[in-house]
Amino acid sequence: MTRKFTWFNATSLTLGFAFLYLPIIILVVYSFNESKLVTVWAGFSTKWYGELMQNTAMLDAAWVTLRVALMTATLATILGTMAAYVLVRSGRFRGRTLFSGMIYAPLVMPEVITGLSLLLMFIAMGIDRGLFTVVLAHTTFAMCYVAVVVSSRLVSFDRSLEEAALDLGCTPLDAFFSVTLPIIAPSVIAGWLLAFTLSLDDLVIASFTTGPGATTLPIKIYSAVRLGVSPEINALSTILIAIVATGVVTVSLIEKRRAISEAGAK
Amino acid sequence: MGPGLRRFILISIPYLWLLLFFLAPFLIVLKISLSDTAIAQPPYLPLLDFSKGVAGISDFFSKLDFESFVWLTEDSLYTNAFLSSLKIASISTVLALLIAFPLAYGMARTSDRWRSLFVMLVILPFWTSFLIRVYAWIGILRNEGFLNQFLLWTGLISEPLQIMNTPTAVYIGIVYSYLPFMVLPIYSTLEKMDESLLEAAIDLGCSRLSAFWLVTLPLAVPGIIAGCFLVFIPAMGEFVIPDLLGGSTTLMMGKTLWTEFFSNRDWPVASAVAIMLLLFLVVPMVLFQRQLERQQEAGR
Repeated sequence: MTRKFTWFNATSLTLGFAFLYLPIIILVVYSFNESKLVTVWAGFSTKWYGELMQNTAMLDAAWVTLRVALMTATLATILGTMAAYVLVRSGRFRGRTLFSGMIYAPLVMPEVITGLSLLLMFIAMGIDRGLFTVVLAHTTFAMCYVAVVVSSRLVSFDRSLEEAALDLGCTPLDAFFSVTLPIIAPSVIAGWLLAFTLSLDDLVIASFTTGPGATTLPIKIYSAVRLGVSPEINALSTILIAIVATGVVTVSLIEKRRAISEAGAK
Repeated sequence: MGPGLRRFILISIPYLWLLLFFLAPFLIVLKISLSDTAIAQPPYLPLLDFSKGVAGISDFFSKLDFESFVWLTEDSLYTNAFLSSLKIASISTVLALLIAFPLAYGMARTSDRWRSLFVMLVILPFWTSFLIRVYAWIGILRNEGFLNQFLLWTGLISEPLQIMNTPTAVYIGIVYSYLPFMVLPIYSTLEKMDESLLEAAIDLGCSRLSAFWLVTLPLAVPGIIAGCFLVFIPAMGEFVIPDLLGGSTTLMMGKTLWTEFFSNRDWPVASAVAIMLLLFLVVPMVLFQRQLERQQEAGR
């Protein structure tokens, strides 16, 4: 049956998406502005991108952030997938409530609390702060997002496939890698990407847990933004937005093609 | 390796990680909130000294006190920060709901082909850097920003409105940043809704509006609740938005904690603020977790 699509629906969609996208569009447009004054249009120019490429401090920070995000995403995906498995498959065990509490709480925990508590622990344990501590901190909250994404796929997973593999002589580890993992792979990849962007994006937790020589891009952007609006930050933002948009669109196209081919195979 | 041992190892690894990096740090925050500020490195006392044996440990516990918490209740700055966080988070949650519901409702009523596009359009800003999205609003809201220029051009106002560095800017920032968290849960409940229920209601004599009130809205309640939690809880402790958009006059708990820690270097007070915020958020967090678990059970 068809759903009634009214003028009210059309208006709320238009206004809603305008609200979501206008700020981003304005930001991107003004990164190509000739003038240093961000709000006055003085002609098209890519000079701020050129200037960004000369800014070695920014580039260093970008490199630090990339390394942190890659390590975080990989660690968080491994731990998060294990945690999802425990949540969905391990049934009841002692301390299960605490475990699921520790999985869900970081999703909504204010970042200042997570950041402060981790920093105080690193200090209490006498760990030198730097890139490594940021990775540990990011992994801890990112793995919970991965666990939620992967467990939602595991819940709808047909368990008999795994049991068949075991009956046919697979070891449990073999069964996981040759049967389960290929089926849950899209959610594991989505989890990895989510962990990657969460790490890439984080300012607060990184500010608390970082040390000398490990200034991440958000920390750098934050200190620049506090000084005011500048076209160079607009240019940097545009590059980051373009990377993320390409990633999200690619993933959803792959997902769509897979859904179509799966539907065709049936 | 037996199945029992394997299961034990599988459970232990993520469990121990979370115990060590999520739960243990809170105990340390709790301990420091009970300590006293000191001009030392680290800047608090007492320190646990195991070399003195039992005497050192009992000495350590005897020096812990609630001084920092007493300080929090005595200085109106902290009560104000708490009340203002509560007010800003609540109003922002309601505003986000008012904007998100019509949007999610409109999305659920489009054809399948459009829906996946719209879902992607909602998710895309969520993946885009939080800091950048807040930064984008500075350019719009400041006195010589786009909004003021536009309003001056239309002649609606004769001099620029002061929006930056006011609570209004913080509301806009929170609603904008957290909108996807409200839209997606509501959309997923509305999308699953059986349209024949609405038809039945209309056949039985309901008007379109009362069918909405009596059928659609109650069915969307789980999504609305999940969305409200996802906006309200992080908004209470938000730091970036009040700091960049709210200016020095907008007090919020997250910002107070940050200032105490980084500017005043008063770690016990910063820890006490964290504990207070956490105590307040524990109830909504537990409710949120129950809700998620119930949804998972239902999905099984």
